[in-house]
Amino acid sequence: MSVLEIKDLHVSVETDQGTKQILRGVDLTINEGEIHAIMGPNGSGKSTLAYTIAGHPKYHVDSGSILLDGAEVLTMTVDERARAGLFLAMQYPVEIPGVTVTNFLRTAKTAIDGEAPAIRHWIKDVRESMVRLRMDKSFAERNVNEGFSGGEKKRNEILQLELLKPRFAVLDETDSGLDVDALKIVSEGVNRAKENTGLGLLLITHYTRILRYIKPDFVHVFVDGRIAEQGGPELADRLEDEGYDRFLAETPVG
Amino acid sequence: MSAASTSTAPTSAPSSEALPTAEQHGIKEHSDGRFGFVPVQTRSARFKSFDVADFPAVTGREAVWKLSPVAKFTDLTAGVLDGSVYDFDQTPHPDVDVSWVDRSDTRIGTAGAPEERAAANAWSAFEKALAITVTGEEAKEITLTRANLGSVPRAAHTVIEAKPFSQAVVILQNTGDARISENIEIIVGESANLTVVTVQEWNADAVQLANHFATIGRDARLKHVVVSLGGGIVRVNPSVQLAGQGSDTELYGLYFADAGQHLEQQVYVNHDAPNSRSRVNYKGALQGAGARTVWIGDVLIGRTAPGTDSYEQNRNLVLTEGTRADSIPNLEIETGDILGAGHASATGRFDDEQLFYLQSRGIGEVEARRLVVRGFLSEIVQHIGSSPLEERLQGVIEDELRGTEGN
Ligand SMILES: Nc1ncnc2c1ncn2[C@@H]1O[C@H](COP(=O)(O)OP(=O)(O)O)[C@@H](O)[C@H]1O
Ligand SMILES: [Mg+2]
Repeated sequence: MSVLEIKDLHVSVETDQGTKQILRGVDLTINEGEIHAIMGPNGSGKSTLAYTIAGHPKYHVDSGSILLDGAEVLTMTVDERARAGLFLAMQYPVEIPGVTVTNFLRTAKTAIDGEAPAIRHWIKDVRESMVRLRMDKSFAERNVNEGFSGGEKKRNEILQLELLKPRFAVLDETDSGLDVDALKIVSEGVNRAKENTGLGLLLITHYTRILRYIKPDFVHVFVDGRIAEQGGPELADRLEDEGYDRFLAETPVG
Repeated sequence: MSAASTSTAPTSAPSSEALPTAEQHGIKEHSDGRFGFVPVQTRSARFKSFDVADFPAVTGREAVWKLSPVAKFTDLTAGVLDGSVYDFDQTPHPDVDVSWVDRSDTRIGTAGAPEERAAANAWSAFEKALAITVTGEEAKEITLTRANLGSVPRAAHTVIEAKPFSQAVVILQNTGDARISENIEIIVGESANLTVVTVQEWNADAVQLANHFATIGRDARLKHVVVSLGGGIVRVNPSVQLAGQGSDTELYGLYFADAGQHLEQQVYVNHDAPNSRSRVNYKGALQGAGARTVWIGDVLIGRTAPGTDSYEQNRNLVLTEGTRADSIPNLEIETGDILGAGHASATGRFDDEQLFYLQSRGIGEVEARRLVVRGFLSEIVQHIGSSPLEERLQGVIEDELRGTEGN
């Protein structure tokens, strides 16, 4: 049974105005097969948490630790983390000019598995995933994310989630900017990945809408760089009705 | 992107990026729309002469020299050049004649004339010209390799003629030592289809100043590719006149400057006939301290060229600090009746966000860099049209990239 533990995580970032503290002591444990939703207002530090787990160089860990089955993740390079089984579906996926989706997927799969995938199966897997995500097959020969619409970029993230088969995935606002059809397609993809591999999920979202399609086991309310409250799925319903105001009023600004 | 303009004034959007700013998406665009008015002398009015004595001593302030390290090759601009014939290797083909011809050969001087002193010095000094004459309508490919030019300053002159309706790919392969100023005339006869590829893989301290002058006949087509990878100072300046109606040219360039290398190309496309078409696409990568590249792209659409369709672009990818890429597109339009004309130029640093994205999918840093640069440059390689050469160049680019490891 795999487990991802985040312990008393403090993270800051360098800005023009000096060092800015963003995460102020995050504690969170995710077991394999669990879905944790993190909900919070804009600017509360959700993406910072996601990037820190993935190892983005801009974010500086002041203290705390992230353990994957007891191994310290914070000392690993970005690619080592991915090979250890972590995956981040980005809020704003990056364009890679000159690198086709096909080439990119094959290179990533080879890096993660430590060997090239058997070509026949691989081509079939890619094609089937694309069909299920309603991605036209022409995407395979396009450059990664170049000229993709917002929704196409998100689907491309979930395509990678399905094919790379991580043990834990962080989905950073995968639902934002999607119309309801795209939201359903993407949610189905996430649910399929979970069914097939039993991965643990950290589902970051600003809205409760996606929780109609992906059922969380736990809900955490994220405010001002830490978890302000946690509970079961019913907490999401309460947020749906009340919004974040109750939490914002409690925290001092700045 | 295409922007039609009826301005008769030269337009210019120069950019010199000594230390490009990091952008979220790496390659920063700047294209038309910001037509800054820069008073460039009309390109067609530049002084020309075959005689070196007509040019004053080079100061480095001249338009053609101002971005070049002129002090490092005064032997080529002001010295006495060895104009004798040299050794070369050649893959033979019955329909391609390769032979030394006298200065009196009637083709010499028909494709263009020197606009600067090094070119004129070479023109005045060569004893015989190497003439490559292509006949026959079926596709074929020949390679000429120069590997033993030595380090004595020398002059050379080459004529490449594609007879009407003929077709060929001519590859000029350059390796070894060299200190050379040379002129290459390319004459593309009516309805001929010629590809000229010049590949520079010189030794590290070689200096080459090359001017290519091409003239393209009615309904004929020239594809011209400059690949500059090795050499200390390499300047290859192609100048193409679209002389016949319906003539067409595609000019590609690929360069990879390492520490201390100066790689320069000044491209000139002169639309001088109706319904002519040109595409210019040069891409370069820079890595290592003092790596320097220059690209100047002049396009002139003359009064004689209604129906012109033209687009030029240059993109540079900066891999390390301490490099400099100059990129200067100029567009002069003298007729209002054109299909399209546009230019774009962009210089961007290797993007850390791209690197993060690739690494977050398990791909190691070295491989991630290679993936991006290979993708960037392979667009040009794919246009060459000779599969053995394309394959070999992909390998050479891989080797160049391996040079970044450890940085
Ligand atoms: N790279 C950065 N540089 C400067 N400030 C940042 C950076 N990343 C995040 N921040 C700031 O940290 C706070 C949290 O941002 P973020 O983690 O993106 O929040 P969320 O994803 O919850 O909207 C915001 O105030 C944001 O402006
Ligand atoms: Mg965010």
